[in-house]
Amino acid sequence: MENKVLEIKNFYASYGEEDIIKNINLNIYNKKITAMMGPSGCGKSTLMRCVNRMHELNPNASHKGNIFLNSNNIFKINAILLRRKVGMVFQKPNPFPTMSIYDNVIAGYKLNGIKKSKEEKDYLVEESLKNAALWEEVKNALHKKGTFLSGGQQQRLCIARALAMKPEILLLDEPTSALDPNSTAFIEELIVNLKKTVSILLVTHNIAQAARVSDYTAFIFLGELIEFGETDKVFTVPQDKRTEEYLTGKFG
Amino acid sequence: MTDYQFNKRILLDKIFKYLLILMATIILIPLFLILYFLFSKGIQALNWNFFYKMPAAMGDLGGGIANAIVGTIILILTASIIAIPIGILVGIFLAEYKDLKLSYWVKISCEILQGTPSIVIGIVAWSWIVKPMGIFSAFSGGIALALMMLPIIIRSVEETIKLIPLNLKEASLSLGVPYYKTILKVILPTGLSSIISGILLSISRIAGETAPLIFTASGNPFMSTNLFRPIESMPLLIFRYASSPFPNLHNIAWGASFSLVMFILILNLISKGVSKKWKIKY
Repeated sequence: MENKVLEIKNFYASYGEEDIIKNINLNIYNKKITAMMGPSGCGKSTLMRCVNRMHELNPNASHKGNIFLNSNNIFKINAILLRRKVGMVFQKPNPFPTMSIYDNVIAGYKLNGIKKSKEEKDYLVEESLKNAALWEEVKNALHKKGTFLSGGQQQRLCIARALAMKPEILLLDEPTSALDPNSTAFIEELIVNLKKTVSILLVTHNIAQAARVSDYTAFIFLGELIEFGETDKVFTVPQDKRTEEYLTGKFG
Repeated sequence: MTDYQFNKRILLDKIFKYLLILMATIILIPLFLILYFLFSKGIQALNWNFFYKMPAAMGDLGGGIANAIVGTIILILTASIIAIPIGILVGIFLAEYKDLKLSYWVKISCEILQGTPSIVIGIVAWSWIVKPMGIFSAFSGGIALALMMLPIIIRSVEETIKLIPLNLKEASLSLGVPYYKTILKVILPTGLSSIISGILLSISRIAGETAPLIFTASGNPFMSTNLFRPIESMPLLIFRYASSPFPNLHNIAWGASFSLVMFILILNLISKGVSKKWKIKY
């Protein structure tokens, strides 16, 4: 099990008094999909937001321990630069409503004022949309507003937007929880294909989704990492009683 | 339940509904009466000369209000240049830092400012600017009007930005876009139509203000475009002409009132149009 993209070491996080994340140690492997599952409020989204330091938007947020992205301590680099290396897709599709599909894809460059030639931009847009399996549907409407797309298409546009930044890791925060079953199936297929190009950390409270798409699964409960391992093993022979109970629907 | 009780409830429902419709209709009447009255009195004063000629010499017939129109435009521009940038920034602050003590005090002072009688604002601007400078001026009038615009702009920017979903801001920040660019390039453009409509409303609100100008812009029977000299404005002209004994001046006051009300009405309609037409779906 080599090639760690992300190493979370003795990590604690809190929004105020109580620790939401308690002493988590977790490795995310290169070009693999790692799913974090657990009941609502278990801290899985908080942990994910720590990876690109979005948790710091909350003024009461604090943390202990370290996270390494390709051996760089993320708390030692500028949060803005870190976020350019870490792509994130949110629960609700959130394309920029003032921008066209084209501009949405390269929004990370445009908003940051990073200049690119027309050819570079065209190439980046096409490549990212192809990777997000959206190119065929929108190639003739690139200059229409992104908000005219359906929910599932919007979410793929957001994935394309994150991919365009060439992230070292892609964070997906329950990316299908606001979508219908068809779009969900489509996006799950897309996620599986994406691991050829990028390492993925997926948060889900849909157990079946974790089983369908991930290579590794982490089960988090009440802020603690209860179990982590290859998805097949976690789902077939869980080591911890709580994992088994969660998987069989006894709680959560 | 007896039939009687049942019928009574239906009847009360109906009475209540028609009462609402009746009241809503009654509220339209004053507006139409004002418009009709101004139109019938004012339209006869309006002609091409009215808008581009200077006032006639005392006792002469005819004459126009060109100086008042130019003055009003200059006053509105001065007030806008001061109030729009400050209003937008303060509005952003209030929406972004809701929980700070400072926000609480800023909000309260905005409400007080909004409730301050306009004559008092005029006197304040007089003591701040006119008195130290020793002369009535367009600039001091602009400041007084800006003070009246500010709370309206602040409120509208604040409300607009609060309605924009947090996840848009997060989307931008997660791409490594710095906070100030996120606000200026993502959040502001998304709320632009409502912000513009709020600004237009605030202009229409001050366009007809007389009281804050009495001690500041003061009025001027001649054409002036100098910011640091007294300047004429339409409401001031109406005030002086309407209280004069000359029928010719009354006539011009009616014409000016009609034009001013039309200007404000059109501004209001444009502001409605802007917020509808450019509305951004998120």
